[in-house]
Amino acid sequence: MCLGVPGKIVEIHQANGLKMGKVDFGGVMREACLAYVPDAQVGDYTVIHVGFAISRLSEQEAQASLETLREMVNLEEEIEPEKIFGKSPPRQQVETGD
Amino acid sequence: MKYITEYRDAKLVHGVLEEIRRTVTRPWTLMEICGGQTHAIVRHGIDQLLPREVELVHGPGCPVCVTPLELIDKALAIASRPDVIFTSYGDMLRVPGSGRDLFSIRANGGDVRVVYSPLDAVKIAQQNPDKQVVFFAIGFETTAPANAMSVVQAKALGVKNFSILVSHVCVPPAMHAILSSSVNRVQGFLAAGHVNAVMGYWEYPPLAEKYHVPIVVTGFEPLDIAQGILVAVQMLEQGRVGVENAYARAVTRDGNLPAQQVIDQVFELCDRKWRGIGTIPLSGWRLRPAYAEFDAESRFDVSNIETNESPLCIAGQILQGLKKPHDCSAFGTLCTPEHPLGATMVSSEGACAAYYKYGRHMILEN
Ligand code: SF4
Repeated sequence: MCLGVPGKIVEIHQANGLKMGKVDFGGVMREACLAYVPDAQVGDYTVIHVGFAISRLSEQEAQASLETLREMVNLEEEIEPEKIFGKSPPRQQVETGD
Repeated sequence: MKYITEYRDAKLVHGVLEEIRRTVTRPWTLMEICGGQTHAIVRHGIDQLLPREVELVHGPGCPVCVTPLELIDKALAIASRPDVIFTSYGDMLRVPGSGRDLFSIRANGGDVRVVYSPLDAVKIAQQNPDKQVVFFAIGFETTAPANAMSVVQAKALGVKNFSILVSHVCVPPAMHAILSSSVNRVQGFLAAGHVNAVMGYWEYPPLAEKYHVPIVVTGFEPLDIAQGILVAVQMLEQGRVGVENAYARAVTRDGNLPAQQVIDQVFELCDRKWRGIGTIPLSGWRLRPAYAEFDAESRFDVSNIETNESPLCIAGQILQGLKKPHDCSAFGTLCTPEHPLGATMVSSEGACAAYYKYGRHMILEN
């Protein structure tokens, strides 16, 4: 929960007055809140904590961190924690792009 | 030894370790604050590769571990209610309360859902207007910006059936508590880099001055950790106190100002109980009166709860750097990740879980 996972911003939009974005975590896409990185742009790398971008970093650093994280934790669990309940997650819209 | 050789920067890490060996002349005890750092240290065997003089003790920076038992029992009571959808970070599911956990509540028909972001919990509330949706808002300064934003959003959108069960803890008061204890052994800190990414490190210089310790802002990759240790050892050997940033690529002195603003808008300081440690003055955040309507503790009457902690568990002493997991008689025998007796065995950021995962229960200490 505390580690934060680096991802690349691939799209930015507004939702309910908040700056949101689609973030690519090495292949897995998720929606994240970008309100705390007001000048972040599409293509930037950022560290996402529980669905919120907190700090920015370079592409190189992002790749290195992803690799370390992959060794340390079950990355899938960090990025898609709902899957902890197996193939039938409770009905909820947590997919990206809605 | 086994893991470090697999690491891509093994050479670099070894170079820094060699430099630590050259620098050190006396015994020093350092504490890494963050459970993620503990995990990386044990995973890569960094503690075993350090010169004998440098001892690492593991800090309280595991949000799941320090969330007080009373609050977990309250969460379980709320989650059992038929009118409630209880949402939480995945890490909290297996944390034992007094006898059960959120997983078993779900198995018994409770609507317990894991969310990725607290904003997802607000969305669930919008989609289920006939239910009460409660989010278990735990964590350190790293999750606070997200948790705070969930109530800002709920308020802005007029979502009335949403509330949060707050158990926020802050790092600097815990450092203060550890350093002021009469049994303290910690002579220097590796500060938790991601906490500093949010909060900066402007709060630390007075702490370093007051207790005459070096505090080094440190990342969580092996090389970052080795560098943090080197800087701390250099400062100790030279008799220097103060704050250094060994994680400058992610952390600035000021931290993330927009995030701090929203935290301050939503939360105010309060005394907070830490599991196994006790109450630390002004060490937590609670909702400000302006957001009191979103407080799950007042929305649901869960005041008379009796807690029951395993008498064997010494997690509190481990979290203060006084003991290590293998000092616990239950470690690896009565207490395992499948049957955890304490929270430090559940979370991937807990010291007991890290020691167990990397086979430390099978190694005899010498
Ligand atoms: S091994 Fe289990 S019982 Fe012992 S301190 Fe760790 S969590 Fe508590």
